[in-house]
Amino acid sequence: MNKILNLMQKWKVGSTLGMLILVAIWFTPTLGLLITSLRPSSLAETSPWWDALLNPLSSIWTIDAYQKSFSAGMLDSLINTIAVTIPATILPLMIAANAAYAFTFLNFKGKEFFFAVLVALMVIPLQSSLIPVLRGMVALQRALHIPLTGTYASAWVVHSAFAMPLAIYILRNYMMTLPRELIEAARVDGASSYQIFWKLILPMSVPALASFAIFQFLWVWNDYLIAFVFVGEQKAVMTYRLLRLLGQYGQGWRDVAAGSFISLIIPLLVFFGLQRYFVRGLLAGSVKG
Amino acid sequence: MSDIAFGLLAIVIGVGASYGLYWLLNFLVSLLPERIRKKNDWLAFLTPAATLVILVLIAPLFQTIAWSFMDDSAKKWVGFKNYVDLFTDPRFLQILLNNFLWVLVVPAVTVAFGTAAAALSNQVHPRLESVFKSLIFMPMAVSFVAASTIWSYFYAYVPPGRPEVGLLNAFVKSLGFPTQPWLTIDQGHLNSFLLMAVIVWLQVGYAMVVISSAIKAVPEETIEASQLDGANPWQIFISIILPQVWGTVMSVFVTILILVMKIFDIVLAMTRGNFNTSVLAFEWYKQFFENSNVGPASAVVTVLVILILPLMWLQIQTVRQQEMLR
Repeated sequence: MNKILNLMQKWKVGSTLGMLILVAIWFTPTLGLLITSLRPSSLAETSPWWDALLNPLSSIWTIDAYQKSFSAGMLDSLINTIAVTIPATILPLMIAANAAYAFTFLNFKGKEFFFAVLVALMVIPLQSSLIPVLRGMVALQRALHIPLTGTYASAWVVHSAFAMPLAIYILRNYMMTLPRELIEAARVDGASSYQIFWKLILPMSVPALASFAIFQFLWVWNDYLIAFVFVGEQKAVMTYRLLRLLGQYGQGWRDVAAGSFISLIIPLLVFFGLQRYFVRGLLAGSVKG
Repeated sequence: MSDIAFGLLAIVIGVGASYGLYWLLNFLVSLLPERIRKKNDWLAFLTPAATLVILVLIAPLFQTIAWSFMDDSAKKWVGFKNYVDLFTDPRFLQILLNNFLWVLVVPAVTVAFGTAAAALSNQVHPRLESVFKSLIFMPMAVSFVAASTIWSYFYAYVPPGRPEVGLLNAFVKSLGFPTQPWLTIDQGHLNSFLLMAVIVWLQVGYAMVVISSAIKAVPEETIEASQLDGANPWQIFISIILPQVWGTVMSVFVTILILVMKIFDIVLAMTRGNFNTSVLAFEWYKQFFENSNVGPASAVVTVLVILILPLMWLQIQTVRQQEMLR
């Protein structure tokens, strides 16, 4: 009896049980989606997904839904999402790293004030500037006769801008921890700011760059609003296409299981592969909305 | 295939151009005479970021505020008409109430669950701990749209007589109650609360991770001391651990509060704001993209910005405190 109690103590049975219940609740909805996506879509409305889980051998498993989803445009959307996401992650990273360097190591008038403005901007909803930006772009493309809205590039620019406050904030916080003497020494040796940044600061900031990159990647990959406004129909990204399939009252939910899972795979891989960096980013205060 | 090639090309050009931009800026600065250059080298680093922030964030924000005093097509000034219209429209007052409910419920519930998960996960075996945490944390990688489809299955409703395919209705039925089209029920704002569950599901992982790392930083000695005094785990948690991580808990609370104020995608994907579930950010979307009313849409989002202003002040205070500790 004592032995069992000891074992219970060691494994903290109560806490483990509590955690198990929480994990079960948290994981069940996703499991439902996964199983539904692996069954014939005609079953979605007539047979509950947990039937398949309870009798895995006697139920029909198929990847038809994935094939159908790919040929119905999900593959194009996957490519569009990648084309939007990768530059919209790298560009703000570069731009913010440069700016963070100026905020950390260079002196200029109004530095404190500009930094306070950036911190304040982290809270502002992106809806508050979207309509003027859209209208400005439309006016510009009429005047210059070049396509702006409906291109990847417009989404890159807008995503970069909205990432700026948070990215500069995180990267500056990290750069503050780098040894100043090293930079002074390089300066004495005659290195220019440009060289110091590219050869010294940027390589040393890789952990912070990585955590922001993951964060921004997930954010852009999962974004709907900016893709909807600036990329739109022609190069529909996955969130856009899914929402279209889902329909006005969510009545299309039978057909989107496979598509949803396709859209989840890459962020989940990135997330589980690089979780350590992601957590570090979160702890550095990287949350935006 | 050409799509893939085009996408790749676009990526390479986009990234290459940004490097070229900084090279060019630095080249321009290096043309300046030595004395001026030393004082102004920050320009080359800051100009692109500043340009983006001013052109895409700050100037448009003021434009939006200006448009909120103009008519539907943003041509004529109408004074406070848009605001008067909003605040005399019972539908808009319901929207404000919904936003208020979101703010009241979601941050508190999320932080409570997150703290519980953090405290429990610290007790379990380390190997299990990381698995458990990953699974609770996983929704953070999920888009709002995908989360909506996941939860649409959970809330699914089928006409009576057919087998239940939604877990919630199956559960309700097994308890002997009639099944419901849950998301259409706005009595007591029930459907809004069901949407809130989705955000709680998405954000608890964040709260758990941040609070858990704060709990791990609590000095062992303080816990051991109270263990010697004979305190049980619950007492230790309440009187020793919680006070020491309270600052972290509050900062998580504020972060989620800010997120929830701007809540949008979930409402769009799950109900399109129907059945009395609309919130401010969604109303903005509807006014502009469905009704093309620039003035009223701008007024809605300006109301949202004004409601967020106190949080902005809080944010600056928090950052200032962190700077002092540096």
